[in-house]
Amino acid sequence: MGLTKRRQAAFTVIGLCLLAVMLFPVYWMLNASLQSGSSGAGSTLLPLHPTLAAYRLALSQQGGNILTSLVISCGTVVLSLVIAAPAAYVLAKTAIRGRSVILFALVVTQMIPGIVIANSLYPVFNQVGLLDTRVGLVLADTSTALPFAILIMRAFMASLPGEIIEAARVDGAGFVRTFVSIVLPISRNAVITAALFSFLFSWSDFLFALTLTTGSSLRPVTLGIYDYLGDNVQAWGPVMATGVLSALPAIVLLAFAQRFIAVGQLDGAVK
Amino acid sequence: MKTLDRHSPPSGAQAAVPGTPPRTRGRGPRQDRAVTWLFLLPALVYIALFFGYPIVKNVLMGSQDYTTATFFTGSSPWVGWANYRTFFTGPLAGTTFLNTAVFTVGSIVGQFSIGLAVALFFRRRFPLSGLMRSLLLLPWLLPLIAGTAVWRWILDQDSGVLNSVLMHLHLVHSSVPWLSSPSFALYSVIIVNVWIGIPFNVALFYSGLQGIPAEQYEAAAIDGAVGWKAFRHITWPALRPVVTVVLVLGVIYTLKVVDIILGLTGGGPANSTQTLATTAYQDSFVQFSFGQGAAVSNVLMVVSLLFACLYLRVNRRASDE
Repeated sequence: MGLTKRRQAAFTVIGLCLLAVMLFPVYWMLNASLQSGSSGAGSTLLPLHPTLAAYRLALSQQGGNILTSLVISCGTVVLSLVIAAPAAYVLAKTAIRGRSVILFALVVTQMIPGIVIANSLYPVFNQVGLLDTRVGLVLADTSTALPFAILIMRAFMASLPGEIIEAARVDGAGFVRTFVSIVLPISRNAVITAALFSFLFSWSDFLFALTLTTGSSLRPVTLGIYDYLGDNVQAWGPVMATGVLSALPAIVLLAFAQRFIAVGQLDGAVK
Repeated sequence: MKTLDRHSPPSGAQAAVPGTPPRTRGRGPRQDRAVTWLFLLPALVYIALFFGYPIVKNVLMGSQDYTTATFFTGSSPWVGWANYRTFFTGPLAGTTFLNTAVFTVGSIVGQFSIGLAVALFFRRRFPLSGLMRSLLLLPWLLPLIAGTAVWRWILDQDSGVLNSVLMHLHLVHSSVPWLSSPSFALYSVIIVNVWIGIPFNVALFYSGLQGIPAEQYEAAAIDGAVGWKAFRHITWPALRPVVTVVLVLGVIYTLKVVDIILGLTGGGPANSTQTLATTAYQDSFVQFSFGQGAAVSNVLMVVSLLFACLYLRVNRRASDE
């Protein structure tokens, strides 16, 4: 839409103001994490004397939790992809009976409140010894990631031209081989997108971490932050530093994966 | 898409090396069908174990006296509708429903209107617009509980930056108890949830706006429809499918929020921010009354599924068109 130079400048200024308001909390987190970390009231608007003391403290207190989160998130990504990719292919490219029922169920599962799942998983996990375990959290987190991963990969695979698959079959490749050496490589972008979101879901999971752990033996970083908030916070520095650290994987991954992600693909996951 | 270039055959095509015994040729449709189900099986098993079973189990638990004692004794007597009766006739049922409704409606109205306005704003091309649009997504990348933590501090009565700014500007005379007063807490929680929801709303609306052809506006401008008129006659009707999706997804998402509320207020003060989701959590995991928690979360599930049905109906109609 054509705008005059002057109106363009006005739009840029308004946009910057808008952004400043929206991003203020993010800035405040970063700002506070770089200050001495003593008391909250003493923070200034700018980190004039930046120090990494808060990060040192955060890493010593939450380093293990961050590692725990990494392990759980990677586990969730692997489990989700291994289960979701073949299912997505079948749901995209074969005329299997009951396909629409399965797809319908996948959409509905995304709308079940997590507290329902947590409430009923707790007694079961307690019984089979999965409380306070990484495996338990991976299994629970996969319940958030899996339906999304299947739907997003299916949407992409459904758009693949059938001739590619037929050509492979004519050349003698079996069902499995077609999937592994043709469909998967072509669907790389969709697979990466699904992996990224599985990671993000699991990394930021709070509810399962809160409900499916009992002691202090296993703490993902989201729970570490929540623990900070539990007792009246005295020093916000380490809390904010942990917040920044907890945002880093998402930002790094997204920056890395951006060229693979077509936002248009996301449509497939909500329809 | 480069990978689909027909001139370079997919690498798998070399699988058909001449002379390879017709190992694969024997695979008839029947064998294929077996493999198909094997591909699907893990997903089906997982869904059954982690959705099917929990939902059924939760419905059953809602009618049981299921407490920590159950873990030791193994007995969980049937109590019929007692858990539901306890909830619905309890002193807090009204508050909880009202809070849930206010939290949901307030969040949606805020996210929706601000999100739409911001998306409309960024539809224009001006210097830095693309960069600003991507930066706007940042809050969405923070784990929810991290975003909640910084807001907890911003809104703190004594050490929070919001109060100190407001006091410096002489907009208020004494610090506002954003989170510690029952009359403010719910609104504060809504503000934070709106903040978190705006990027998602902007992203959906923006991509919806991209789908409206510029010629429509040009044609309308000739007829004198610009500004508000153009919005009413072109933008809004064209966005309607997106609007429905955004609204219903927003409701379903907001109904189940626990991170923000637990992190900011823990449901307090004086239960002023207690919703169905947090009540279910408190009943089960603070009071360890799992049957009671199941009953409340079943109520939440029914409410969510009602909206889900609405969504699926609308969506089906939208994709039929």
